[in-house]
Amino acid sequence: MFEWPDPFVWRAFFAAVGLAVVAAPLGCIVVWRRMSYVGETLSQAGLLGVALGLAASVDLTLAVILAAIVAAAVLTLLQRQTVVPLDSALGLMHHATLALGIAAISLVKGPGIDLMSYLFGDVFAVTRADLIWVYAGGAVVLGIMLYLWKPLVRLSLHEELATAEGINPKLPRAAFDLLLAVVIAVAMKIVGVLLVMAFLVVPAVAARPLSTTPERMALLAAGMAILGVILGLWLSLSSDVPGGPSIVIALCTIAAISLLAGSRRGR
Amino acid sequence: MSALDSPLKPSPDATPHGEAAACSCGHRHGHAHLPPASDPLKTDALISARGLSMMRAGREVLSNVDLDVRPGEIVTLIGPNGAGKTTLVRLLLGIEQPTRGRIVKPVRTRIGYVPQRFDVDSTIPMTVASFLALGADASANDIKAALDEAGALRTLNQQLSKLSGGETQRVLIARALLRRPNLLILDEPASGVDFTGEADLYDLIDRLRDKHNLGVLLISHDLHVVMARSDRVICLNGHVCCSGKPEDVSQHAAYVRIFGPHAATALGVYRHHHDHQHDLTGETKPLVEAAAPGRGS
Repeated sequence: MFEWPDPFVWRAFFAAVGLAVVAAPLGCIVVWRRMSYVGETLSQAGLLGVALGLAASVDLTLAVILAAIVAAAVLTLLQRQTVVPLDSALGLMHHATLALGIAAISLVKGPGIDLMSYLFGDVFAVTRADLIWVYAGGAVVLGIMLYLWKPLVRLSLHEELATAEGINPKLPRAAFDLLLAVVIAVAMKIVGVLLVMAFLVVPAVAARPLSTTPERMALLAAGMAILGVILGLWLSLSSDVPGGPSIVIALCTIAAISLLAGSRRGR
Repeated sequence: MSALDSPLKPSPDATPHGEAAACSCGHRHGHAHLPPASDPLKTDALISARGLSMMRAGREVLSNVDLDVRPGEIVTLIGPNGAGKTTLVRLLLGIEQPTRGRIVKPVRTRIGYVPQRFDVDSTIPMTVASFLALGADASANDIKAALDEAGALRTLNQQLSKLSGGETQRVLIARALLRRPNLLILDEPASGVDFTGEADLYDLIDRLRDKHNLGVLLISHDLHVVMARSDRVICLNGHVCCSGKPEDVSQHAAYVRIFGPHAATALGVYRHHHDHQHDLTGETKPLVEAAAPGRGS
């Protein structure tokens, strides 16, 4: 017998679906540019943002955005140096931000602060304010992405050719890092810092075998992410597994099936 | 006039030697690099470079390079690995800025660029058609026409990452053609292409040049196939070693020293034996002395 779910379930559903649609095109670019490790580092810098936000009692989403932007700037500088290979530098920063973030939150921890909810998110605790962040922020992000899409695809495809054809690589790249920071900050509430990048990367990976053009891949990633959200929420409600991990499990299952189907077709 | 006008003029830093095949490669003439007297603004060149130098990590990878490409001519840039060929192209394309020197490119010049390596990441789904449409102001018919002209129409709906080396080059040429260029710059177009494919590719470039009166700048490290089709060859090794008509350059002492004596016979032209060596101090290329032709006459 079907029953209408409670409002908190609806809020979780709309928040996760909104996020899925916004994250899909960004996730594609992340996959194409092989920067999922970069994204991981940005999202874990978000934990530091949470700690600073709690300490300074400012809006946590803003604090996380700020922390991720600072991390993106540091990463951009890291890419210019030649002392340490980028991969090593990322490996270092990735763990440093995570450890520092957890330490900082433990230090400033007050009543009602649950570290686990920042690490893994709590999709069923989404508030109306969070929903506004997802949809208003998401609309802005999608708008900018639409404008940046072609340059970003061209730069992902072949940076030198794109530059020779008159695209300045710096602006789209910086703008993309900014958008990534915003999406990570908003998504953190829902899936937590440890699983944020799964929300971006996994739908893109799932969409790849069934796509022939970049645009189709982005659309398909959004569709698969929505499917993953529905299945994940259902899994969470029916088996009492936390929402964030459930959604990620569903997304990864979809990706595995898609990759298998893709390899069967000999791609 | 420019340094590259005469069939066999050494780079402008070289004062006239006593002999025709004067070279300026790998040795110091004991005089400063003089700025060229020519005024690039008065040439009909599609692109002109004067005195280009480029420092990278404290090392001068390009030194005082002059270059002109005019409509309808194929200029081939040859040189060993690390000679600065790709750096020169990046400067000409405006991807990087030279440390010294200037590049003059008239407003009418439209560059079509074919990069050296185009390994499309397999994570990016992209058909040839969507690639050609990407960022180009071209209709579906324009795209088909360009692809047909480049001899790769049958790849239209294929995935970019699945193309062979030769197909990729033709698709890249089609993309360059869609920009309606009058100057085509190709960086090692034959890399990843088999031998017959290579000849076909140069045929295509030749035809495109004739049809559109294109200026073509070709970068290559292989010698005879390219050189035979070039109007002018510039031998680069950090600086312009020698330049001129292919048959002249192939006999040039600097060229022979860089590529070895066998390379000179690749064109099938008679090579006179150098019975002397230039007084090389070997500032930039100390090794080339070992490769200098010292046998056969």
